[in-house]
Amino acid sequence: MHKTWVVTRKEWAEVFKNRFVLFTIAFLPLMLTALPLGILYGIRSSGDAGLSSTEIPSQFTQICEGLVGEECAQYYLVSTFMVLYMLMPLAIPVTIAAYSIVGEKATRTLEPVLATPISTLQLLGGKALAASIPAILVTWLGFGIFAIGVRLMSVNPAVAARLLDPVWLVAVFIVGPLLALAAVSVAVMVSSRVNDPRVAEQVSMLVILPLLGLFFGQIAGLIYVNGRLILLMAGVLVVADVVLSFFATQLFERETILTRWK
Amino acid sequence: MIKTEKLTKRFGDKQAVDGLTLEVESGEVFGFLGPNGAGKTTTIRMLAGLIAPTAGTAWIGDLTLGQQDDAIRSRVGILTESPGLYDRLGVARNLEFFAALYDVEDIPAQVEKYLRMLGLWDRRHDPAGTLSKGMRQKLAIARALLHEPAVLFLDEPTSALDPEAARLVREFLSTLKHEGRTIFLCTHNLDEADRLCDRIAVFNTRLLALDTPTALRRNLYGRTVVFHLSQIEPRFARRLEDFDFVHGVQAMDNKLVVTLDSPETQNPPLIRALVEAGADVQFVGEIRRTLEDVYLQLVERSGSPEIA
Repeated sequence: MHKTWVVTRKEWAEVFKNRFVLFTIAFLPLMLTALPLGILYGIRSSGDAGLSSTEIPSQFTQICEGLVGEECAQYYLVSTFMVLYMLMPLAIPVTIAAYSIVGEKATRTLEPVLATPISTLQLLGGKALAASIPAILVTWLGFGIFAIGVRLMSVNPAVAARLLDPVWLVAVFIVGPLLALAAVSVAVMVSSRVNDPRVAEQVSMLVILPLLGLFFGQIAGLIYVNGRLILLMAGVLVVADVVLSFFATQLFERETILTRWK
Repeated sequence: MIKTEKLTKRFGDKQAVDGLTLEVESGEVFGFLGPNGAGKTTTIRMLAGLIAPTAGTAWIGDLTLGQQDDAIRSRVGILTESPGLYDRLGVARNLEFFAALYDVEDIPAQVEKYLRMLGLWDRRHDPAGTLSKGMRQKLAIARALLHEPAVLFLDEPTSALDPEAARLVREFLSTLKHEGRTIFLCTHNLDEADRLCDRIAVFNTRLLALDTPTALRRNLYGRTVVFHLSQIEPRFARRLEDFDFVHGVQAMDNKLVVTLDSPETQNPPLIRALVEAGADVQFVGEIRRTLEDVYLQLVERSGSPEIA
């Protein structure tokens, strides 16, 4: 763990010297926090959600039980955005993780690191943590701001209570980090198998597709994110993370990276 | 300290290192010379536990390659072809990172020691990317030394440096030599190898020659003495050819170029014979063969390398 943490701290020291990277990490959560809060504020100010009950997916109106009119509309619109709090820890670290191995190879810093007595698991673990921890923390920060905003701007306390129920807390505080770890494992895996940083980033970004599917599925009324789905996702992700971490270390071939990449 | 036995590396059907067998003594500076693509870097990578040999084995001290690679990596330091520094990080921060990976106990003290030794202490807070090429190379050498390795592998430490920076690095290597470290030095700079190395291996996928620089010159060429005469006649050359220890005589202008083993003891009878034959010997000199002559002859004989 000591060397893993050494790698993580070095990655942060290097990455955070680049202000543009800092901006890209902070921008998405802040924007996706401001957006639903703006919608909440708009609905509260106008007293009109702009959605008729027929425009809200029928599956959702059942979930709205106990909420009426604009309360249900507020709940529907904002809970749609809640999915994005799971997407953020998935999307934010991917670029950093994708660059982690192939970037070091490109700048020729990888060989001296591999010449030290560090294991592959320590090296990749350090890089994975370096990419995922800031993304998770900034997502949680965004969610904290969102939670306060919901309290202040929802039309009544019942909506706020629904939006901050345990299902979403599990989604944000457990499923989000598990998704981040999965995404980072995939990105590190890709990064150690391709020899061009641009390819690594492009390929790694594909990991956000399933969650985008969830987001649009909910908008279309095809899927509704409820407690059962969240728990199922958490269970699957625990297994997936273990499997992906294993494959990431197995696919990291020191010799190939040193001798074949030019 | 380093021992290899039929160490071999193939990449697919390409032979990079072919049955390398050698021994490097503790405290020795060992030069490893060869053209680009001869397999020098591959050899260093194998010995540093970075890549696995296809066949054969090696030992670093009492550690066996392929079985104790983590321990080998702890015990050796390596200067890679490129300095490979984190340009955004400070000079000291670069070293601190590697010191932690090598489990150095007192990291601040060790970092300060080498930064001061290499004249980089005043630049310790500067990003490594702002250093000159020579300073970057010195920082990379410091990185390789932080954990006080028993063996130091240096891959072209002065290549791509201007003469002044190269001199700075060479002077530091000379200091290390006097500290008694075992150094395995890959270089193209034959003058550098001649001055720094106790023994030299000339390598081109396989080992071509291995000896001290002086012995390499002697073994390949013998020693060549030139007798300058006031006037030359065919009988003078014939007279010298009668001596068993003379390997060859060439007449050029008013000179006789003679190949023999030991001018110190063999020149006097030759001079006497020439005088008795009627020659006026004006003066006698020796042609010094450079290591470059030896290297080029060996490499040309061996043919082209197959792979880097």
